[in-house]
Amino acid sequence: MIEVKDLQKSFGDAHILKGITTTFENGKTSLVIGQSGSGKTVFLKCLLGLFTQDEGTITYDGNIYSQLNSDQKRDLRSKMGMVFQGSALFDSMTIAENVMFPLRMFTKQSKSEMQDRVDFVLKRVNLPDAHNKMPSEASGGMQKRVAIARAIVNNPKYLFCDEPNSGLDPKTAIVIDNLIQEITDEYNITTIINTHDMNSVMEIGEKIVFLKDGLKAWEGSKDNIFITDNKVVTDFVYSSELFKKVRKMYLEERNT
Amino acid sequence: MTYLHNIGAYFLMIKDMFRKPTKWSVMKTLIFKDIDDLIMGSLGIVAFISFFVGGVVTIQTALNIDNPLIPKYLVGFATRQSIILEFAPTFISIIMAGKVGSFITSSIGTMRVTEQIDALEVMGINAINYLVFPKFIALMLYPFVISIAMFLGIVGGMAACFFGGYSSIDDYIIGIQTDFIPFHIAYAFIKTFAFAFLLATIPSFHGFYMKGGALEVGKASTTSFVWTSVVIILLNYILTQMLLS
Ligand SMILES: Nc1ncnc2c1ncn2[C@@H]1O[C@H](COP(=O)(O)OP(=O)(O)O)[C@@H](O)[C@H]1O
Ligand SMILES: [Mg+2]
Repeated sequence: MIEVKDLQKSFGDAHILKGITTTFENGKTSLVIGQSGSGKTVFLKCLLGLFTQDEGTITYDGNIYSQLNSDQKRDLRSKMGMVFQGSALFDSMTIAENVMFPLRMFTKQSKSEMQDRVDFVLKRVNLPDAHNKMPSEASGGMQKRVAIARAIVNNPKYLFCDEPNSGLDPKTAIVIDNLIQEITDEYNITTIINTHDMNSVMEIGEKIVFLKDGLKAWEGSKDNIFITDNKVVTDFVYSSELFKKVRKMYLEERNT
Repeated sequence: MTYLHNIGAYFLMIKDMFRKPTKWSVMKTLIFKDIDDLIMGSLGIVAFISFFVGGVVTIQTALNIDNPLIPKYLVGFATRQSIILEFAPTFISIIMAGKVGSFITSSIGTMRVTEQIDALEVMGINAINYLVFPKFIALMLYPFVISIAMFLGIVGGMAACFFGGYSSIDDYIIGIQTDFIPFHIAYAFIKTFAFAFLLATIPSFHGFYMKGGALEVGKASTTSFVWTSVVIILLNYILTQMLLS
């Protein structure tokens, strides 16, 4: 379980996270949603330790991250996988080398063991033959799959995804969302996904944390987000015409 | 204020470069790649420039000596001195600040804006050691590049004599052997090592700490070139003052 208590972060004068408290259950997929600029990426990078928070604590299964020594931090980080918004594949390496990289860094496996593992995860993300391509030769959807493969290759306990389906067409986006959900269930990973895409919210996730201007404006289960009367949430959730219609139909249905 | 801050950050980066080293099996491949990119990749342009500038130095020296009392071998002597003392170590380093420096800044800067550096750090890797240390090691071979520049500069001068008849080859060869002071070679290579260090670290600093997107990568490369050249020129002055006067 990841517990976040009163997380605050500023860059210079800009107060970005203004005190966020929430928890993420083990083995579940949680979504952090909110408009662009609401602080989702900063929040996730604080969880990962890429940014150091100004205030507040982050606790991983009872261990307060900021109190760990550097070996313990390294150990914890080896259990984390991250899918970055732009995939962040190493562009000087082939796809297979990208996926193998965490194994080379964190494990003492032999070359053939590593290769077997890379074959396995690339197959798992439906890229059985992409080993020798360079990232620049792969489509956006493929790059995302490789990023997922790289994030899960070392059997992480925690998986973080920053807008995993941004920049993808709707169909590929759903495939990627579902892939993350399946992998989370299959390997019992604790997954946190940042998104501003309501289609993702429809597809995947159990718990939702809604950020607005660096504050947690709402949290709850996925079922509740479509029926809550919280104005801030409904403004965001029903900003598109499609979702407005869905809501209208839903409310009419409920009233009859 | 920001200058002081940046200078402090630069020295902290250099300290971090030696901390928490990357696994040797991984580091080895990075070093070989950087030797290939930074050293081997520069040989062509360095050879080309050295040869022709060596020729030009010889022609200009010869044309400026019209006093019959000045011995002919002076052309070779003057060419050798200017190439070994100044042209090869300093001028080539400025060229390299443009070639190698902007390559380093833009490749590290691109990794920054595409979050590849974050990806390294998430894996618990000391990204400064991972990215900058192999460049630092690769550039320890930089004196080898400068030796080639010295050699080809002098050969270029000889070729100019041969084709232009500014001095006889024999006089030129006597000239390049005249009054040879071994400390001048030491001076040149001390400069070269110092410049190699600057060439590896200043552009890395500009790439590593850049903010923004693709446009800023271009700007960072330009700024990095300017700063690397300025620091090379200043250090050149200081070292010359210290070592030769
Ligand atoms: N490294 C940084 N330095 C300064 N400001 C930053 C940095 N990273 C993010 N910000 C600012 O924090 C705010 C929230 O950004 P972000 O978390 O990326 O939003 P989101 O991911 O929700 O779209 C933005 O206003 C952004 O400009
Ligand atoms: Mg973001």
